[in-house]
Amino acid sequence: MGKKTALRVDNIGVKFRMTSERVDNVKDYAIKFLKRELRYHEFWALKDVSFRVAKGDRVGILGLNGAGKSTLLKVIAGVLKPTEGSILRYGKIVPLLELGAGFENQYSGRENVFLYGAMLGYPREFLKDRYDEIVAFSELGDFINVPLKNYSSGMKARLGFSIATIVEPEILILDEVLSVGDAKFRKKSEKKIKAMFDKGITVLFVSHSIGQVRSLCDKAIILEKGHLIAQGDVETVSGLYEEAIK
Amino acid sequence: MKVFIANFKKYQFLLAELVKKDIKLKYRNSVLGFVWTLLEPLLTMIVLTIVFGTILHKRTPNFAVYILTGRLLYSYFSTGTKQALKSIRRNGGMIRKVYVPKYMYPLAASMSSYVTFLLSLIVLVVVAAVQGIRPTRYLFGAVVPLFTVFLMVTAISFLLATLHVFFRDLEYIWNVATMLIMYMSAIFYEADSLLESEYGFLIKYNPLYSVIANFRNAVVYGRPLESFFTWYPIALSLVILVVGLVFFYKKQDSFVLYL
Repeated sequence: MGKKTALRVDNIGVKFRMTSERVDNVKDYAIKFLKRELRYHEFWALKDVSFRVAKGDRVGILGLNGAGKSTLLKVIAGVLKPTEGSILRYGKIVPLLELGAGFENQYSGRENVFLYGAMLGYPREFLKDRYDEIVAFSELGDFINVPLKNYSSGMKARLGFSIATIVEPEILILDEVLSVGDAKFRKKSEKKIKAMFDKGITVLFVSHSIGQVRSLCDKAIILEKGHLIAQGDVETVSGLYEEAIK
Repeated sequence: MKVFIANFKKYQFLLAELVKKDIKLKYRNSVLGFVWTLLEPLLTMIVLTIVFGTILHKRTPNFAVYILTGRLLYSYFSTGTKQALKSIRRNGGMIRKVYVPKYMYPLAASMSSYVTFLLSLIVLVVVAAVQGIRPTRYLFGAVVPLFTVFLMVTAISFLLATLHVFFRDLEYIWNVATMLIMYMSAIFYEADSLLESEYGFLIKYNPLYSVIANFRNAVVYGRPLESFFTWYPIALSLVILVVGLVFFYKKQDSFVLYL
């Protein structure tokens, strides 16, 4: 071993509290409270999940729908705080999930570069310096000055991808293989991601497809109903997974 | 604390961007744009002056400025808190996908309304000049109520934004509450006679009234500030701020589950 840790997940549990009906206003709450109908049922989306990712590892996360994969990614990205357990991240994480979630539709592409960049925590000076590069990569050309509401969804995704990948992250989170824009742009974005891979960054990759996991990753874990049931070398683990879903 | 400051520095640029966004979008799609910020209080002032000044025969000197001062502070209070109340839910899409310190949203809402409010003070300067009000050395005192109202709105913002995540209809409840606060703030009537009546306490202990009264002391009457009007709203706002922040921090991790 001897490799530096990039990510350390210790006994993470995420508990969701569900009401059988959604109560999200004072009126319903008061009525339900008086009738003593406020019932919750709790369930653990993740429970006792621990693993360690070394620097440069490319980890595939396997599991059926509802196994807790997305929840785990959200916890790692810092969007969701675990109910218990702790998580340590060493280095800058860039989640390439739902690109452009923070875009403002009435803003032009240019303004969105700064808004979205700020949201990802990039400094203003940095964005100014790299602005031309972002625009060039997105291939938006003159559209960059047009309000985003006139963009096609492919154009939005291209812009989102170009902004998010302008930094070189230490840890990259990918949900399925990105299908951004048209075939040409997809090739370009795949090339950029591959280039990052080659630099030895740490990658977390979620997919249903064992084929993709095998070709991209060198380690893998399996989640089932919120529990981590296997981890290790990608060949062994994906073999186990194939057995399990048969 | 150190971590907090480092984090704030990192996202300072985001705060600026969020404030800028609110202000830009507010004016982007209207022809008159910024002029509305000035025109709107001016027009309401004219209406209120006609209704309460002429029809009800109020012969108070400088009645127009009296109304305008109250009306400007109140409208910041009301728009600022209403924007902040919705801020977490409105940005729900982002909160669910990107990690950002969440206090940025209510803070940005309060700040952007404050910037618009400060700009709208231009109207006050013009109207005061027309009515022949000379600036005195007490005018500098206006800084105190101007600061206090920002503190107050920001403090309430955290409380409202948190509650609104769990209770959607808070929006309507707060609309009614702000209306009540408006009538308790002596915007278009003189408070003196009411203060002595048995419901006088409603006005006296309304912190917004204190701020407005002090602002009028500095701007309209050229008088020194009154210490009750200075310290009472500041103290109350600080209490609300602490309660609001504690509440916000306790609940912020579960926001994402309710959005």
